[in-house]
Amino acid sequence: MAAYLIRRLVQSALILLGVSFITFFLLYVLPADPVRQIAGRSATAETVENIRQQLGLDRPFVVQYARYMGGLVQGDMGRSYLQKTQVAELIWSRLPATLLLMAGAIICELLLGLTMGIVAALRRGRALDQTLMIISFVTVSAPQFVVSLLLLYVFAVRLGWFPIGGYGTFAHLVLPALTLGILGSGWYSRMMRSSMIDVLRADYIRTARAKGLTRARIVLRHALPNAILPVIAMIGIDIGIFMGGIVVVESVFGWPGIGQLAWQAIQRVDIPIIMGVTLVSACAIVLGNLLADLIAPLIDPRIRLR
Amino acid sequence: MTGPGAADAAPASALARLLRRKLALAGLAIILVVVGGAVFAPWIAPFDPNDQMFDGLTLEGAPMPPGGKFLMGTDLLGRDLFSRLLFGARTSLVIGIAANGLALVIGTLVGITAGFFRGWIGGILMRFTDLMMAFPALLLAICLAAIFQPSLWIVAMVIALVNWVQTARVIFTETSSLATRDFIAAERTLGASTPRILFRHILPHLLPTIIVWGTLGISTTVLLEATLSFLGIGVRPPTPSWGNIIFENQTYFQSAPWLVFIPGTAIILLALAFNLVGDALRDVLDPTQRGRD
Repeated sequence: MAAYLIRRLVQSALILLGVSFITFFLLYVLPADPVRQIAGRSATAETVENIRQQLGLDRPFVVQYARYMGGLVQGDMGRSYLQKTQVAELIWSRLPATLLLMAGAIICELLLGLTMGIVAALRRGRALDQTLMIISFVTVSAPQFVVSLLLLYVFAVRLGWFPIGGYGTFAHLVLPALTLGILGSGWYSRMMRSSMIDVLRADYIRTARAKGLTRARIVLRHALPNAILPVIAMIGIDIGIFMGGIVVVESVFGWPGIGQLAWQAIQRVDIPIIMGVTLVSACAIVLGNLLADLIAPLIDPRIRLR
Repeated sequence: MTGPGAADAAPASALARLLRRKLALAGLAIILVVVGGAVFAPWIAPFDPNDQMFDGLTLEGAPMPPGGKFLMGTDLLGRDLFSRLLFGARTSLVIGIAANGLALVIGTLVGITAGFFRGWIGGILMRFTDLMMAFPALLLAICLAAIFQPSLWIVAMVIALVNWVQTARVIFTETSSLATRDFIAAERTLGASTPRILFRHILPHLLPTIIVWGTLGISTTVLLEATLSFLGIGVRPPTPSWGNIIFENQTYFQSAPWLVFIPGTAIILLALAFNLVGDALRDVLDPTQRGRD
């Protein structure tokens, strides 16, 4: 176990190193010039050169990357070009909002997805099952911004139940969390359904039925714990999808999380912030995958970590 | 499935089985309608998609609601929404097919090479794939697209660069299990060359997977293009795309919701159609799934 954990952690660190290198390289070679953004349109060539030197952007790529990584291992993610604030501070102050949104979204998608999946599996082949499966197909085929705008229009503009955007109260959280939750629920319901159908076919379920157990007890106590396993594994993987999705959802709803921070930074070519958010997201994805793998054997002892 | 005969007989029966599924048929119908609309756009469209018409706005200068002369209403600039949707379908399909085709080629090449050659080449390729998996895909695409000031083809490339990873992983898993099967060992013993084994024996077995992922991938691609265009960093106006129609009109969506929801529905339907067909194809082409729902 310890050896496995150490190996996985080393692998994760290497992956993150790779992500940092590729992102830094892409931002270095891409045509957008951050110095122009900082200096403004009317700046003279001299001012531009000065800023470039101050930021160390005139150095060769390897030097720049080494300097960035040197800072990073000491917890220094650099300063934002335009806001003059420490990137770590900016991300730190935005992170709670994003984590809150993610928690809300995960609760929504599990509630919706698992319920739909279980009900569909129990009503397999009937009209209800087919309707639920069509619904889950629609949810995985919908782009975040359309669902955001639809919920906004119906529940905020028309019905006035929730605020149009912003942050602060529980009411602000509902629509953005629901958007992400609805979009994620389709995968969960399909996974849950097929996994539940497999389990319900197993011999031990037939035994349970033969023992005369109630249907509710069979489903909840005997089938569900096994059927839920592959679904649990998805939560970790889901984090990756969230990390992209929050950029759109946070900017539509004006949610002050790291997605919005990233989007603003991208528009202004504020490279340190883009680097920072990408690395934090990649960290979350890598940890999510690791967590999913670590949880699996706890639920199903047949799974051995290799 | 191991003999050459099975591969010849498969397509016809697979198609027949596909056509027996209602959902797949519905998906195919939607795709046909969209493709038809895109191809014949110049003839079907009642107006020029970029014509800012005089009578396309109300007296107060607001867009016209659906109905009457303009089937789906007009946008903020007085252009006919239906005509823009038809021409926008071209953008969605071209990007969907081009970007996804490219992603499929990259993914398949990486997957086959890594799965068949194992060793250090395979190791490096798969570590790189793992690395790409750790990238927040949409964030990366947004970043690339924003910085490139994209055209249609750059958007397609950005999407392809982000989307090949899943295909590579699936193909890798399948290839590496195929490579250890007896019939491949038998081929080797018979003296078959590596290219022959790869193209005559491995690739045909991967074809169902490639078809399935190719179809499902178009749906992802269509969504990604729409999202990028919605953020204003995808296809540039005035070229219509379903995403940038919403981008251009979203400030007005409280009073003119059709400008957001008609293109939004179009995006969902097209993505849904490819998902339905892809899913049905997976069931039809995968023999282990036969007899299940």
